[in-house]
Amino acid sequence: MTAPRARQEGRLRRLAGDLLSLFQGLGLTFGYFISPARVITQQYPENKASLRMTPRFRGRLVMPKDEAGNHRCTACGLCEKACPNGSISVLSEKDSAGRKVLGRYLYRLSQCALCNLCVEACPFGAIAMGQAFELAVYDREQLTLVLNQKEETTTNV
Amino acid sequence: MMETQEKISPPGFRTGSRSDASTEEYYLNMGPQHPSTHGVLRCVLKLDGESVVEVVPHLGYIHRGIEKVAENQTYLQLIHLSDRLDYLSSFSNNLCVCLAIEEAMQIGVPERGEYIRVMLCELQRIQSHLLWWGVFGMDLGAVTAFLYGFKEREQITDIFEELCGARLTMNFFRPGGSWADVPDSFLPRVRQVISRMKGALAECHTLLTNNVIFRERTQGIGVLPAATALSHGCTGAVLRGSGVAYDVRRHDPYSIYDRFAFEIPTGARGDCFDRYLMKMEEMRQSLAILEQAAATFPGGPHRAKERAAYKLPPGSYYSQVESARGLFGVTLIADGGPKPYRVKFRSPSFSNLSVVNAIAAGHQIADLVTILASLDFVVPDLDR
Repeated sequence: MTAPRARQEGRLRRLAGDLLSLFQGLGLTFGYFISPARVITQQYPENKASLRMTPRFRGRLVMPKDEAGNHRCTACGLCEKACPNGSISVLSEKDSAGRKVLGRYLYRLSQCALCNLCVEACPFGAIAMGQAFELAVYDREQLTLVLNQKEETTTNV
Repeated sequence: MMETQEKISPPGFRTGSRSDASTEEYYLNMGPQHPSTHGVLRCVLKLDGESVVEVVPHLGYIHRGIEKVAENQTYLQLIHLSDRLDYLSSFSNNLCVCLAIEEAMQIGVPERGEYIRVMLCELQRIQSHLLWWGVFGMDLGAVTAFLYGFKEREQITDIFEELCGARLTMNFFRPGGSWADVPDSFLPRVRQVISRMKGALAECHTLLTNNVIFRERTQGIGVLPAATALSHGCTGAVLRGSGVAYDVRRHDPYSIYDRFAFEIPTGARGDCFDRYLMKMEEMRQSLAILEQAAATFPGGPHRAKERAAYKLPPGSYYSQVESARGLFGVTLIADGGPKPYRVKFRSPSFSNLSVVNAIAAGHQIADLVTILASLDFVVPDLDR
């Protein structure tokens, strides 16, 4: 007589435990619902003005310039050799004294894997990974950039 | 009639046709665009009603020929390709390539560099498991778990972003260490993660592990015997869930894993619930390793002196690591030049997926979704 009753009680207890497990989960989510301070969601793109990337953020390649528009690139081509995807072309030219200087620094964002190897290879700190992260454009020609001009412009090359 | 049916049956199936007057088997595509295949994996199912008779996974939808591409890259350049295999454990993959190069060129790693490597790999294991935990919940219909998994994962991803500027494709380790030292905020943030994760894991257990619906849908589903797991080359949580205590960190210690105390959890039955519990316990063990490493984090240089050129002496070099999904191995065959002659990646997802037919046969389609989620594969890692 006692064995079926014990089994029934065991079944009831398990059912109660099962129901409790559902309500425990609901209680957890409800706790977040009533305390919005624990929510970590960022309101992008509304917060775009205050949104800052970390200093080491690897956006697209940029060539830092001073106020006069001078860069530190010597057209040595080490970044071009370091690039795994051929996304950099350093086109050098001779200046009036016959020295090799940078003509055009072509950067193809469409081929770039943002791997940072070019920045590591540069002995002069002439290039860096930028902070920009919204890199989509409407025309793929806009993805080929000339980095050493005052305004980094697109090219049709 | 039978002949025409033989003709239209898709390739790859081993079971014969069992169609007669009472039942008719039919074929169904699951994927390559299906939420539970986590990418572009196509499974062709042979079904009898709603129960699965046979599963044939078809790969190749995201094949990029990475091993061939790597033959045309220098040894430094091919590290970034390993990010793009299992993108959820890119630190482990980077480390594996670097270990092979270091073994070939006899490059040592400074103490601090080793600690950075171990801590990042363990952080990434937790991060990867959190994502898997959320996705596992979502595959079973619990979208809440997905959001909570990502919420906890975010704080670890932020550490990575501050450290190396990337959140997924790190390309951080180099032969002899890493390309940058950790920022000053690294240790405090790791300690913050350690203290926060304990509460987060309790939340995970409340939301999913103890949930009766979740238990009913995972317990006794997809039982994988240890012998089958071993013969298919399963590693990681899939193998440990079946009761085999194999972990590369313990059995072939690389870096400085032999200095840390951690346990290898093993399951009793090898069902989806056991595989789930393995991952949850692994997160706790990773936190223990992180705690020990953070307590003894040394100063000094983070990278050995850079070589002018990384040219491996001719020969074959192999290294293996325990990534978040299991054993990840790299074979580099060098001919003395600046580029490898042949590169082979041994990915854990591929072997782990190979048991899907052995354990899914006889279950319902909804259980197949559970099984696929519990095997925890990353499709770019399957295909390379």
